[in-house]
Amino acid sequence: MRRLMIAGLVMCAALLWVATSSAPAQQAVAITGAGATFPQPIYTAWAFEYEKLTHVKLNYQGIGSGGGIKQIKESTVDFGASDAPLKAEELNASELVQFPLIMGGVVPVVHVKGITAGQLKLTGPLLADIYMGKVARWNDEAIRKVNPDVNLPDQAITAVYRSDGSGTTWVFTNYLSKVSATWAVKVGVEKSVAWPVGVGGKGNPGVASYVQQVDGSIGYVEYAYAVENKLAHTQMENRAGKFVQPTAEAFTAAAANAAWKNAPGYYMVLTHQPGDGSWPITGASFILVHKNIKGAQTAKAMFKFFDWCYHKGTEAAAKLYYVPIPENVYMMVEETWKSDIRADGMPVWP
Amino acid sequence: MKVKGNIVTSTPKAHSGRRGWADVFFKALTAVSAGVVVLLIVAIFFRLVWDARPSLKEFGLGFLASSEWNQVTSHFGAVSSIFGTCVSTLIAMALAVPLSLIIALLLVELAHPVVSRIVGTSIELLAAIPSIIYGMWGLFVLRPIMQETVEPWLHGRFGWIPGLDLLLPGSGDGLGMLTAGVILALMVLPFITAVSRDSLAMVPPVLKEAAHGMGSTTWEATRKVSLRYCRSGIAGALFLGLGRALGETMAVTFVIGNSNRVSASLFAASNTIASKLANEFTEADEVMHMSSLVELALVLFVITFIFQVLAHLWLGRQARMSGVHA
Amino acid sequence: MTGRSLAWRRTKDSAVKTLAVAAAFVGLFFLGWILWEVVARGFGALDWAFFTELPRPPGQTGGGLANAIVGTIIITGLAALMGVPVGMLAGVYLAEFGRESRFAPAVRFLANVLMGIPSIVVGVFVYALLVMQHRMWFLSWGGHFSAYAGAVALAIIMLPLVARTTEDMLNLVPNVLRESALALGVPRWRATLGVVFRSAKSGLLTGVLLGIARVSGETAPLLFTALNSPYWMRGISDPTANLTVTIFSYAMSPYSDWKQQAWGASLVITAGVLLMTVAARLILRKRIQWS
Repeated sequence: MRRLMIAGLVMCAALLWVATSSAPAQQAVAITGAGATFPQPIYTAWAFEYEKLTHVKLNYQGIGSGGGIKQIKESTVDFGASDAPLKAEELNASELVQFPLIMGGVVPVVHVKGITAGQLKLTGPLLADIYMGKVARWNDEAIRKVNPDVNLPDQAITAVYRSDGSGTTWVFTNYLSKVSATWAVKVGVEKSVAWPVGVGGKGNPGVASYVQQVDGSIGYVEYAYAVENKLAHTQMENRAGKFVQPTAEAFTAAAANAAWKNAPGYYMVLTHQPGDGSWPITGASFILVHKNIKGAQTAKAMFKFFDWCYHKGTEAAAKLYYVPIPENVYMMVEETWKSDIRADGMPVWP
Repeated sequence: MKVKGNIVTSTPKAHSGRRGWADVFFKALTAVSAGVVVLLIVAIFFRLVWDARPSLKEFGLGFLASSEWNQVTSHFGAVSSIFGTCVSTLIAMALAVPLSLIIALLLVELAHPVVSRIVGTSIELLAAIPSIIYGMWGLFVLRPIMQETVEPWLHGRFGWIPGLDLLLPGSGDGLGMLTAGVILALMVLPFITAVSRDSLAMVPPVLKEAAHGMGSTTWEATRKVSLRYCRSGIAGALFLGLGRALGETMAVTFVIGNSNRVSASLFAASNTIASKLANEFTEADEVMHMSSLVELALVLFVITFIFQVLAHLWLGRQARMSGVHA
Repeated sequence: MTGRSLAWRRTKDSAVKTLAVAAAFVGLFFLGWILWEVVARGFGALDWAFFTELPRPPGQTGGGLANAIVGTIIITGLAALMGVPVGMLAGVYLAEFGRESRFAPAVRFLANVLMGIPSIVVGVFVYALLVMQHRMWFLSWGGHFSAYAGAVALAIIMLPLVARTTEDMLNLVPNVLRESALALGVPRWRATLGVVFRSAKSGLLTGVLLGIARVSGETAPLLFTALNSPYWMRGISDPTANLTVTIFSYAMSPYSDWKQQAWGASLVITAGVLLMTVAARLILRKRIQWS
């Protein structure tokens, strides 16, 4: 018994010693951020590259947009990230500044026999009707009208949605609300809504796996998912009346044509944007920081990182199927940093 | 008292009925530890009530009667979650309990010691597998089986019985309460099996030998002697399993279909309180939504409480204080 | 015995035995399947880099989860340090002194309730307690995610499990042993720790191992307390890398190399628990031979 206790005590001591000893060498600057899961891969990739160059350790964790907003309000992290932008009133109430850092697209994917990737054409109102249950079969008149030369089977449509709250759903329902007045009234926009019909899958993998396994299903996933898992995406009709494929160019077009200048707090939803080549279901992911930050060293390092992401991070973003923020937009953002944000009373930028 | 070999070399001073300070300290220490449990529950309970205030005030008792869960209109109700929780837990326990007890019995009574040790350790390992793995296994492996094999078989075999056709309708997609119940049963099995096995292993051999000496078969000795002796241990094992089934989040969200509709069908998509929390808590940033989720947790608290009371009453009737175990 | 022939009883006995074996096979088959999946899918991810390197972004080969492995060991170890002693002592209270007090049934009740609380609720509770910024009189704490908050959350989850199994196992020890020890003049605490514990040893260890196994696989509580990190830990007051949250984010990602690592990490957790179980039981058995 005694020997066991001594062994146990030695183990405890060792554990505590390891746990409380600091890492050797420089106490490098460490930045913590949390929020949306959508941009986690790209923020992680950027942080990795940046750390190699500057030894600044940026730790970003995807705990959910809601989590990100909560954490920055509680100041348990240095910055928060959210897919759904906050309105100006909410920003002012919590003394936060918001700006977009990266973009991506939401893509409808289908699993219907005989239909290949990029073949099926859909319009916004049609998509809304499918998800409301008004269009219930694949060979419905409405679908056939838009796809005259596609062989559509007489099969029931299974609509798949995200069961967990997510920015992807927010962007998707935002788009549906813009193109369908019925949807706006009946269902609305939120990170999680009361879906009239269909089944819920957890996370992008849940939806993707469901669509892959069930014949006759339709779902919506992030662009990276559609590409990595080789799902059959659809074309969408955009605001200009043109059918576009979901490509990085189409997402960039949507962002470039948006009216950022008039958006207070950069509250801009990139769905249903004008432009011949714009993808209608594009979304940006936002960063949230305090107007007055405590800790100048960390704050300055943080904004240097964001600037690096804008200028030097475009290649990494493209590799992971994200869309970088266009130059005219990030120039505006950096002006905002200069004018609106202070750390320990001093400006953080430049 | 110092003992060398089996010779008593010295005896302690007579205590004359008063306990030594070591005993008092020991009892106090254990009481404090037990108090920590109480403190935690009370603290968690109050925290939950505090955070649920907005929705408690807004919905009142209507929360328990409404099955609506709409973030856009900020209308929330607990019915579908409560229903899903109860049904999936019942299915899980109905599947897991007999199976666990049987496996435990086999490990203790019938299996070769080496086999028993290997199988026993493997089962304990299953308690360590992260629940998300169970969820993924359920989604990718179990769901198609349920959809293509199990559910049609159940419908075919039992669906014609009047009344049961509601429970077992024809078409399903494998995502629903039954699948969730099966996954939960698999997650709960290791706990019940491990603890039951150890309880059964503690039956004094003399009792079993006495039974055999009187001519009973293995099954009779088990049923009438071992199980009765371990009653409290097995009950404890069941509570362990029940706790896990009620509180499991990840694995359930993957396979339960996450729908707010209440349906009599066992194959229908549903949701549980824990799964709803897991799905929506990290994204919730609107006050009424967050507070409704916390209120759901509070409801689960109460449900667990009620289960406990019922079990306590049932066990109380059968109870024999362990002082009788001799 | 009213009208029961030996033949009938023997038939019942073999019927039950056959049914039992069949049922057991069914259950064990599914469990074996899950274990097999974890091993088969996870094995491919394990290489030297996995155990020694820090995580890399998707698309880059190499990289590993060394920091997460260390983080999980430390957080779980700290949790066990807090949860096991308190849990066992609480169990002792319920079993040994429980009959004499009215406090004990309430504690047992509440411990059962605590076991049923979803782990996410515990995580949020500890978040509110230890991660949020607090200032009380001259003390201030929180304001950041930390390993110690994660350990506390896991300890809370472990606590009722260890307490109840301890109580149940101690209750199964025949009173005769207690009475004979006390009759020999052994003080109560010595009788409990020396005699009763010794005969319930195996069961008590099961409770501890189950508790540790259970918390090793928990994600939600750590998400709100220890968070995660791609770097080595500097101390227990920082967000700390751990395997379960990593598995969660990697499994939900679209990248196949991350998904592969998620399975690898699951295998590491399972193997770790296995090693601990085998080691613990071996130590226990050795002691029986010495004493």
